Amino acid sequence: MAEGLVIDDLARRFGGRWAVARVSLTVPRGTVMMLTGANGSGKTTLLRCLATALRPHHGRALFDGQDLWQRRASMRPRIAFLSHQLRLYDDLSARDNLGVWADLGGLRPDISALLTQVGLETHRPDPVRTFSARMLLRQPDLVLMDEPFSAFDPPGQQLIRDVVRQAKQRGATVVITTHVPEIAQAVCDTRVHLDAGQIA
Amino acid sequence: MSAMLGQIAAIARKDLLIEWRSPSRISGLFFFSLALLLMVAFATGASTSILHKIAGGSLWLGVLLASTRSLDLSFSIETDQDALEGLLLWPVDPRAIYYGKAVANTMVLVVVATLLTPLMIAMYDAPIRGNPAIFAGFILFGSAALAAPGTLYALLTTRARAASVLLPVLLFPLVVPALVAASAGTTLVMEGDPMVQAPSWLALLVAFDALHWSLGGLLFGRVLEET
Amino acid sequence: MSGYEFGPIGLFLFVALAAMRSRLPFRWEHGIGVYGLALFLYGQYGGLVIAPPERMMGDVARILYVHVPAAWMTMVMFTWAFVGALGALLWRSKRDWFDHLSEAATEVGVVLGCLLLVLGAIFARPTWGVYWTWDPRLTASAIMVLSFVGVILLRALVAERDVRVLWASTATILAFVNIPITYMAVRWWRSMHQLQSSPDTMSDLYVFFLRVNAWAFLALATWFVVRRWRIAHAQALLDAPPELPPAPSPAAAGGAA
Repeated sequence: MAEGLVIDDLARRFGGRWAVARVSLTVPRGTVMMLTGANGSGKTTLLRCLATALRPHHGRALFDGQDLWQRRASMRPRIAFLSHQLRLYDDLSARDNLGVWADLGGLRPDISALLTQVGLETHRPDPVRTFSARMLLRQPDLVLMDEPFSAFDPPGQQLIRDVVRQAKQRGATVVITTHVPEIAQAVCDTRVHLDAGQIA
Repeated sequence: MSAMLGQIAAIARKDLLIEWRSPSRISGLFFFSLALLLMVAFATGASTSILHKIAGGSLWLGVLLASTRSLDLSFSIETDQDALEGLLLWPVDPRAIYYGKAVANTMVLVVVATLLTPLMIAMYDAPIRGNPAIFAGFILFGSAALAAPGTLYALLTTRARAASVLLPVLLFPLVVPALVAASAGTTLVMEGDPMVQAPSWLALLVAFDALHWSLGGLLFGRVLEET
Repeated sequence: MSGYEFGPIGLFLFVALAAMRSRLPFRWEHGIGVYGLALFLYGQYGGLVIAPPERMMGDVARILYVHVPAAWMTMVMFTWAFVGALGALLWRSKRDWFDHLSEAATEVGVVLGCLLLVLGAIFARPTWGVYWTWDPRLTASAIMVLSFVGVILLRALVAERDVRVLWASTATILAFVNIPITYMAVRWWRSMHQLQSSPDTMSDLYVFFLRVNAWAFLALATWFVVRRWRIAHAQALLDAPPELPPAPSPAAAGGAA
């Protein structure tokens, strides 16, 4: 029963081509892996498969020995996925949004404290802060981040580095995609490069 | 099981909270249906003898047309910032998403129908001579009948091209039995229902609801997860 | 009636013999199609020329030789479409096979359904005085055809195969389930359609040729569905995603610091 993330011959296609074309790799617990590659190399698709947003068309991904897709109902609470989408309701305040998430997860956190901690009391919601808030609601074992350093301002990037560090200390597995490896270098332990859906 | 019910309630609460926070939406729907009632009156020559016979049917046409807009809106809030995927990955059981949204959509239509009723009674000279409780039953189960298949199809069509045309084309034939039952029933209740036929129509409506609410829950999960 | 029943048997033997002796290769559905065509010609000739005019309606009733089989076949087609939709959703390995069936049967069903409605209108005018009436059978038929037109539209508007199969199957299931419900709902409402005449009240010859036409329609519809299935299959092969690339060499797997 291997601990951590094990990707076994994973493949996923989009229309006429294989976006992820048979990728196999291992990321142990407490490790931060950087996934680099040009646009269209399959980084985001791979990440989305790991997040169980997409069903693998071939192969599988295991976390702590459990198949991520097959056991997605029980695995999803343990996964946190940072994408560029806000994933909020425009018509609701940040407080209400977090309240909805808490309700849905059967949690009863102190929302005011949460908002202050991530800065949502003072700032407009952005993906990083909402992601951090969700991370605080639930402590995920698998943290997936899609190009966290490229779109966010320096304070946001610092916040990300802190989040990653804390997750690593907790023993979580972290996978970060990026196409600016110089910035991500500081927090990552290993690095894998994707080209046309395969490890290069 | 109680976790699922909790999630359904949370989703319904969220949707209704969003409606409440933007009152322009529900009032927009109401005025849209009101406009339709007016148009029907003008189009048929506004003679009271005709109007008062078609009052029940016109009410339901108004609700039906309002439903296409409200169903559309119910999913556009989810796709604007990709909140739907966020819900799915939290995780929220897809069936909870379906039932939560269907409940919220039903409530919206009930509100619209309830607001329209007094206006219909006045404009079409069609008072409710029969049992108002049965009338209320028709409003509830009729709205539920539109909301169940509507919520499923709204998910489908937000992701297809020409969505605004596709939703009515797919939905309307499907809800014909409900429309027939609701219109016939409400008309009977309004006329006093001397031969007590309205309850049978209500029973048909409830059966339609039972079928579509269960079928919708089954199909929604498949459609949401696989795309 | 003596002698007429040898018609279908004779035609069958003739077509079967021709098929067996043919030097040209051909698909099995063409055999059914040719037989269907022959049967159709026989049935139409029988219905239009040989059978006597109907007692009450006269020659007008002869349109029923096409209208009634069309009605039966429309239902059969939509049932096949439903089966195809169920299969596509439930049987993952045979998904495409069932989806092609659903697609083909839906289209043939819609064509037959439109034929049914138009012929019905033509029949209604001289017999009932109106082209259309809102009785249960007619209303349910119109709604049914409309529902399946919606399914065809849905297929046309979705580009990705996986998504398209899923949604079209869902819509087909809902459309099919809707048929009996719509029928019952409208039946409670009003009723004017021709009561199903049991064969006893019709002349034997009439019933015989009606049956011949029904089988002819079944054969022809089957032929159309199989041909359309093949087109859908060929299209899917054209659109088929590329094969999985070969497994990468073990040296490429794993992470490197």
